[in-house]
Amino acid sequence: MRFIGAILFTATLGLVVAAGFPARASAQEAPDVGPTPRLVVKPMESHIGNVTGHAAAAKSDYRRYCAGCHGDLGDANGENAVWLDPKPRDFTIATFKCRSTPTGTLPTDEDLYNTIARGLTNSNMPIWNTFTKQQRADLVAYIKIFSPRWEKEKAGDPIKVPAEPPVTLESIAHGKALFTKLECWKCHGPAGKGDGPSAATLTDSKDNPIRPYNFALGKDDSRFKCGDTNQDIYKIFMTGVDGTPMPSFADVIQPNDAWDLVHFLRTLQINRHGKENEVLSAAHGVIPPYVDRNPAPTAAPADNKSPGGGQ
Amino acid sequence: MRTKQTLLALLMLLVCSSLMFAGTVSGKVTYTGTPAKQKPIDMGKEPSCAKQHPTPVTNETVVTGPNNALENVVVYVSSGAPDDGQVPAQAVTFEQKGCQYLPHVLPMHVNQELKITNDDQTSHNIHPLAKVNREWNKSQPPGTPPISEKYDKPEFISVKCNVHPWMHGYFAVLTTNHYDVSKGGGDFKLPNLPPGKYTITAWHEDYGTQTADVTITGNETKDVNFTFKAKAY
Repeated sequence: MRFIGAILFTATLGLVVAAGFPARASAQEAPDVGPTPRLVVKPMESHIGNVTGHAAAAKSDYRRYCAGCHGDLGDANGENAVWLDPKPRDFTIATFKCRSTPTGTLPTDEDLYNTIARGLTNSNMPIWNTFTKQQRADLVAYIKIFSPRWEKEKAGDPIKVPAEPPVTLESIAHGKALFTKLECWKCHGPAGKGDGPSAATLTDSKDNPIRPYNFALGKDDSRFKCGDTNQDIYKIFMTGVDGTPMPSFADVIQPNDAWDLVHFLRTLQINRHGKENEVLSAAHGVIPPYVDRNPAPTAAPADNKSPGGGQ
Repeated sequence: MRTKQTLLALLMLLVCSSLMFAGTVSGKVTYTGTPAKQKPIDMGKEPSCAKQHPTPVTNETVVTGPNNALENVVVYVSSGAPDDGQVPAQAVTFEQKGCQYLPHVLPMHVNQELKITNDDQTSHNIHPLAKVNREWNKSQPPGTPPISEKYDKPEFISVKCNVHPWMHGYFAVLTTNHYDVSKGGGDFKLPNLPPGKYTITAWHEDYGTQTADVTITGNETKDVNFTFKAKAY
């Protein structure tokens, strides 16, 4: 009798337990957040020179070095992200700041590869020059798994950067005239100190406050976000810095005018030793007013009768 | 000769009947409650624009008319329209004038040409914050030619100018040509709808979307009204 009672008791207990726990168990099966990313590593590739990167090869590097800020899912929600300003890049949108390609297009593999090695000045993105070329190429491929854009679109055609003309006082003067005319100073300030009338109101595309670049900071070590050569500066305003208030000027600046603007921007880096500041100090630091020697013709020039004329 | 005449007659009959049986959906968009007061815009930092507005203009997030009319609501056929995919040949124009967007909300068809002009004496940057489509950002100094663009996916895209933070507008990229934007009296009209079942959607940038189902049986005008609940702030 006691034996039967014990069996009955155990059976009832078992039933109660079985009825009570499945709900909890299934609630725990699919957590909203958790250590395991719900992620498929698509077989994306990158091509940098003769190196081919494979997404699958970068899995552990990404989780060890990148996920802390950029997040396991590439959505810029890594555990450090809340503490960072500017915020880490959100790879799910596939909008990138440093490109050689026109605004609104995907960057080239080289663009991303260079960004990893260079780091992003004025941000928490360090210089990852400890990686091998192969590691970096693999990481470039890995970044592509987060947005379907990489499967549907090709990278934009890189903008052409013509050879740099010599730095002259006239080139600097013309650059200054363009800086005024194109209203770069509205954000960057008349002296390029990042204190223009619109500077305080700027936000990036995720509504986070963002500062315009202050050219006057730093000395010889001053860096731009997307590189520190004159070619890099040329590219920054021609491609725009996507995801930020900095627009593309590719449709409104002629290639040679763009070089004049580069030369003037270099003089805003007042503490930097360079060709541009040498030319300027030879002129006692005074930029003369720009005189347009080739004003746009209002009518067809009289002395140019034979357009196909042999010269 | 005779066959030609018969054909012509048949064609006329076809055209007439399609015109005769074209229905219309029309109505009014209104709100209930008290909308947030729209703040006057201080254009002091851009004198060339400020002087174009003797009385300061306000934000255009919520624009109302008499009798609780709600303006700038995009009303469109979201399903059932027969001409999906027909891209109009002519472009739609988005104008920057007096540091404002004209119109504030611009509907267009997917892949339709979008022309952006700058009538001001100042540089603007046109920065549509697209999420589904490509996000681009272009500078347009005074006197430069119109920017020509198009969007290949349907989306409501918020547009801003980073230089003039008060400038704000919307592109409504749709997969239909049957659309209208409610004006002063909150009225809208969607003509030339052949008989069929349609879903009409009304979209407001702050108050969200509403839908209504309507059936057109012939040459008739169906009344559809939308009422949005105003947000206090």
